[in-house]
Amino acid sequence: MDVAAAKALGAGIAVIALAGVGIGIGNIFSALVTSVARNPSARDQVFGLGILGFALTEAVALFALLIAFLILFT
Amino acid sequence: MAAEAHTIDALGQFKLETALGPLGASVNFTQANLWMVIGGLLVLTMLYLGARPRAVVPGRLQALAEMSYDFVHSMCVDQIGEEGKRFFPFIFTLFFFVLMGNLLGLLPLNFFYTDHFGVGLAFTYTSHIAVTFSLAALVIVLVTIVALRIHGLHFFTYFFPAGAPKLLAPLIIPVEIISYLSRPVSLSIRLFANMVAGHVMFEVFASFIVMMAAAGTIGTVAAVGPLAVNVALMGFELLVAFLQAYVFAILTCIYLHDAVHLH
Repeated sequence: MDVAAAKALGAGIAVIALAGVGIGIGNIFSALVTSVARNPSARDQVFGLGILGFALTEAVALFALLIAFLILFT
Repeated sequence: MAAEAHTIDALGQFKLETALGPLGASVNFTQANLWMVIGGLLVLTMLYLGARPRAVVPGRLQALAEMSYDFVHSMCVDQIGEEGKRFFPFIFTLFFFVLMGNLLGLLPLNFFYTDHFGVGLAFTYTSHIAVTFSLAALVIVLVTIVALRIHGLHFFTYFFPAGAPKLLAPLIIPVEIISYLSRPVSLSIRLFANMVAGHVMFEVFASFIVMMAAAGTIGTVAAVGPLAVNVALMGFELLVAFLQAYVFAILTCIYLHDAVHLH
């Protein structure tokens, strides 16, 4: 296997982590929708928390993406 | 696919170049520094012009200044508590420095320098780990100093929550210390990776437009696809730019809350 092919494979493997991030973000927003549906008046407080959780989870996706970029471009 | 990856110069846009001609070159004043200055001046101008009228019914600029002040102020008080007012100037500066870095980088402008593409873009200084890690290190050093000043040596009980079984101490204490020390790393990499990923996506889709347009009439028509993706991405990146500045500021607030109240 030549280096270029190995790099492409490695970058692909690196972004497998996105599966977990997808599950995590889905969980966060399902919980957000459920809680707003149960208590609409709490929307303002819960929404900020949901966005914070989304940003923290998304960061994991970006760590994986960064590794893929490192493999591809360096 | 590998050959294609080499023709898309995705990371070239983050290259630092000196700005302001020979004067800037002699002191190594890069375009990142230039945009930091521009961002700082923009915020100062906004606050100065917004605070000057002192109208009871605020105009647009005064409303902007008041809303941004109130937004950060309520964030400090909600997260840290009443003591948060002391940290308001720090959080405000931090939030607007990061926000300006994220937002100004989205402007398709080139006033001050020409890079090797011939078409330069406004520079996202938060896309450099050196910048974001400096900010995060500043935050974490400040948080530790605040905690030590308020609680003295009692601060070290932070690493062993009250009520936890004594037997678990060899397990809990290293985990808490590692999680404390990994804060600046995650704080800086989150911001930096968000900005890099966003701008690399712009670059990749913009390269698709050029490549497809070079492939004849059908390609030119099909190039509308990546163009539409880039337009949608710009909207998404505006959201991300604000969100990441918000997350950076609010995490700083949460760390300060831990420092002031110890769990």
